[in-house]
Amino acid sequence: MTALVLLDHEEGRIRQAALSAVTAATKLGDVHVLVAGADAVAQEAAKIAGVSKVLHAVDARYAHELAEPLAALIVSLAGGYDHIVAAAGAVGKNVLPRAAALLDVQPIPDVISIVEADTFVRPIYAGNALATVKSSDSKKVLTVRSSAFDAAAAEGGSASVEVVAPVESPEVSKFESVHLSESERPELESARVVVSGGRGLQSEEKFHILDPLADTLGAAIGASRAAVDSGFVPNDYQVGQTGKIVAPDLYLAFGISGAIQHLAGMKDSRVIVAVNKDPEAPIFQVADYGIVGDLFEIVPQLTEELK
Amino acid sequence: MKIVVPVKRVVDYNIKPRVKADGSGVETAGVKMSMNPFDEIAVEEAIRLKEKGVATEVVVVSIGVQQAQDTLRTAMAMGADRAILVLSEESPEPLAVAKVLKAIVAKEEPGLVILGKQAIDDDMNATGQMLAGLLGWGQGTFAGKVEVADGSVRVSREIDGGTEDVSLTLPAIITADLRLNEPRYASLPNIMKARKKPLETLNAADLGVDMTPRLTIVSVAEPPQRQAGVKVGSVGELVEKLRNEAKVI
Ligand SMILES: Cc1cc2nc3c(=O)[nH]c(=O)nc-3n(C[C@H](O)[C@H](O)[C@H](O)COP(=O)(O)OP(=O)(O)OC[C@H]3O[C@@H](n4cnc5c(N)ncnc54)[C@H](O)[C@@H]3O)c2cc1C
Ligand SMILES: Nc1ncnc2c1ncn2[C@@H]1O[C@H](COP(=O)(O)O)[C@@H](O)[C@H]1O
Repeated sequence: MTALVLLDHEEGRIRQAALSAVTAATKLGDVHVLVAGADAVAQEAAKIAGVSKVLHAVDARYAHELAEPLAALIVSLAGGYDHIVAAAGAVGKNVLPRAAALLDVQPIPDVISIVEADTFVRPIYAGNALATVKSSDSKKVLTVRSSAFDAAAAEGGSASVEVVAPVESPEVSKFESVHLSESERPELESARVVVSGGRGLQSEEKFHILDPLADTLGAAIGASRAAVDSGFVPNDYQVGQTGKIVAPDLYLAFGISGAIQHLAGMKDSRVIVAVNKDPEAPIFQVADYGIVGDLFEIVPQLTEELK
Repeated sequence: MKIVVPVKRVVDYNIKPRVKADGSGVETAGVKMSMNPFDEIAVEEAIRLKEKGVATEVVVVSIGVQQAQDTLRTAMAMGADRAILVLSEESPEPLAVAKVLKAIVAKEEPGLVILGKQAIDDDMNATGQMLAGLLGWGQGTFAGKVEVADGSVRVSREIDGGTEDVSLTLPAIITADLRLNEPRYASLPNIMKARKKPLETLNAADLGVDMTPRLTIVSVAEPPQRQAGVKVGSVGELVEKLRNEAKVI
């Protein structure tokens, strides 16, 4: 059996989460990857351990990974594959369900475990339940959570690269522009340590109190929905049911109450630390270590101690 | 331009879901049900487009059990003009829902369909994309901002690294993300008025759609529970524990 993995990328680099999708796919059989646009990415993809073939779609229409042309392309290639896989990120979630509909398949999003070639475990209800589902479709279309599969090694493979011809699709969408939040920090989904802030950080300006701590720990910065909605940080910092799902070795939550929608995004972290002035905050029910107190006193102290 | 908004009745987001003892699913009997929060945002966006004079009519659709009419009434109390209930089992799969919606679109001929990005029960995040595929329309998913200009719609989308703007030819599909707007509450007089607004009931079979699920639920289980840990008295103690007990720094 062979699986096709849609390898998404950003600014000319393979997204770390896509490497986890490769690992998941190796559990299903031989792995081919599809790279849309970005020449350098196709070359990089050929080196991923466990990949035997890279399909490279070079036409301009694929440059921005728009769903309409990309789904049509996947459908044209699908004949040779039993599984079509992508990371459960913004690209995979946008493109794969569309391709699945065109293939008359019910997609299986957010897979965290592969039981058999047709049976998968996925969280439902914000991770408050785990459903094991068996698909009767002849092809399986799935997105996988990077928090549940280790990333495949970026080096070590030597796959062949095959250029695939563009296919017709309705010309109904146009890429206009992209605004990426600038950050030198590690990708949130794959960082070993995540420092997260909530409404308790009070303002965009005060949120920066977390920067030196994150620098010291080499951590990514995350946030609750309340912090994003209040404009303290950009939308892509949101951790939770409808934001990013993370499972770092260490997750530090400051001024976050611990609503189920937030817990859904971080409760599989190995060690959780919570700092909250309210001793009853639900975040303490999942925290390995908690401090009841004012984060504006604790964060600078902690940064000092760790230096 | 007409706007169709599909709305789903789900377990209220404030309720902690409980897995049934026999592992067949999540308990919904006797549990408070509400409109999927993302669908409230979708309804709000459609109503605002009507208030701006961009849309002429807002039609809400739900596919589900008879009680889903409460959800449709709520949407009409917010300002939707009329409703369609397509009777089916509780929580049909996105593929089947997308096929039903395609049939509704064929009848209603809307210029936009605005869905929620995700239903908070099955967490599929798929129906809008699937409907767009079946119709061959453009899709603006995870929308944080929507601007309709003549013949097209510009959508700012929330993506992994920030935001992305796309423009789509109308008719098109949009799925609403959390920050698209803040939905209004229905006022009491509007709740009363909504009772008199038209609500049509259909069967999935009337629309020629096969609702048979493709995914069989083998089991539904509770996730492993985390044990609450300890509260420490000082930053020094925390650092000591992280270094020597948890060994994560
Ligand atoms: C459909 C839907 C989807 C959602 N998706 C998500 C999601 O993906 N991610 C997410 O995070 N949320 C999500 N939410 C929102 C979620 O329900 C909560 O509203 C949100 O997580 C609350 O954020 P918070 O903990 O920062 O704010 P609050 O709940 O307001 O908590 C702030 C906390 O800070 C503490 N605090 C204040 N000042 C200090 C101080 N000086 N020192 C220490 N502690 C302090 C307070 O005691 C309090 O516990 C979603 C909600 C819905 C309806
Ligand atoms: N049974 C349903 N009835 C009406 N709308 C639905 C239904 N299921 C899904 N939807 C719509 O599709 C969106 C995404 O749902 P899902 O793909 O299940 O996460 C929801 O926010 C609704 O707008």
